Amino acid sequence: MRGINITISVLIASAILGYLMAFVAGLCRLSSNIIIRKATGFYIEVFRGTSLIVQLFWLYYAVPMLFDIQLGSNWLVGVIAIALNYGAYMSEIVRGSILAVAKGQTEAATALNMSSFQRMRLIILPQAVRMMLPEFGNYLIQMLKATSLVYLIGMNDILYYGNILRSNDLSQAPTVYLLLLVFYFILALPIIWLTRKAEVISKKGVAS
Amino acid sequence: MDNWSWEIFWDAFPVVLEGLGITVGLTFACYLFALIFGFVWTFLRRIPFKPLNWIVTWVMEFIRSTPPLVQLFFIYFAWPMVPVVGMTLSPFASAVLGLGLHFSTYIGEVYRSGIEGVEKGQWEASRALNFSTSQKWLKVILPQAIPPTIPMLGNYLIIMFKEVPLASTIGVVGILHMANSYGAQYWAYLEPLTIVAILFLVLSYPSAILISKLEKRMNRRFNKNEALNSSKGATT
Repeated sequence: MRGINITISVLIASAILGYLMAFVAGLCRLSSNIIIRKATGFYIEVFRGTSLIVQLFWLYYAVPMLFDIQLGSNWLVGVIAIALNYGAYMSEIVRGSILAVAKGQTEAATALNMSSFQRMRLIILPQAVRMMLPEFGNYLIQMLKATSLVYLIGMNDILYYGNILRSNDLSQAPTVYLLLLVFYFILALPIIWLTRKAEVISKKGVAS
Repeated sequence: MDNWSWEIFWDAFPVVLEGLGITVGLTFACYLFALIFGFVWTFLRRIPFKPLNWIVTWVMEFIRSTPPLVQLFFIYFAWPMVPVVGMTLSPFASAVLGLGLHFSTYIGEVYRSGIEGVEKGQWEASRALNFSTSQKWLKVILPQAIPPTIPMLGNYLIIMFKEVPLASTIGVVGILHMANSYGAQYWAYLEPLTIVAILFLVLSYPSAILISKLEKRMNRRFNKNEALNSSKGATT
């Protein structure tokens, strides 16, 4: 099975970009500037309201025509679509976790004369991030599942090679797809394990 | 923006709209399947037999963490070739089976959380009243377990609606399929795909708002009930 490197590289790149996007959008949603808040809200609603597969096609076919820009490779299109979509979902988690940090913490930080940047970096985020971890793990599995969609915009990932194998020998279809499913599951196993671990970490040492 | 043409937009609109019925129909069909099959998972997980429990948990985990797209291909292309079955499924039926099965594992978890949310006292009370198992479930546990999960179930309906275009890859003629074939025919992907995106937004955004409203209302109602119960407990 070739094509595994594409699946993994898309997963890693879109995960990094997606988490980045989630933090940027999540913090923007909490901004005191109403324009930034509304604009991010619009981005989040659009990307959560339409489905990933439609966004993928739209970025692949429509955007280059609409704005006369080339996004480069379809690898980049896939990564951008997955990252923007799951970034929108995860930004809600970022926002929720930051809001869930006890109010007294913010007040204490203000009382200690910290700047708002210091307050966020030193007090709020360290507490909020551990709350986000389990959900982030769940979304990483979602993103792994989403990487199979890049096959639809013409990338040679493992699903592509699986389909070639099937069309070479039609009677092989059950084996091929079962193998693919097992393959994805093996990729997902470490993430599942990490997620469970993250749940333990996020509960540890937190007064409730 | 020079490539945008309203002419094509209005030309493609009715074509794409034709697929909407199938997309929505498929959504509800998958949803119904998942709702029913979710019960099966929940039931299987409650059987007090360790190895079976373990197997069911991992099977659920397996279905949940592998891509629905591959599962669809599996069911559509591979299912008819499994020796015992030997029957072909229409694209629509395989989509219902594939997506329904995928989401039933999520729905099963929702049911489980609902059932676990029923207080222990209720179980003990129905036992003390000498209810049979079916009476206990139908009259005591389920009426309390299901309503709180309704907003969550609604969320899954929306999520499912957004996953249904996957079925276009195995040839279900939904809106995405319509848009793609229109695009291939006239070499104009921009407008039809934009229409699809708009349709999704128009349908899913209001329902999302509706569900979050419902959720707030439910929370209020159940919290009130709880408050009522605890105050009753205090006075008697």
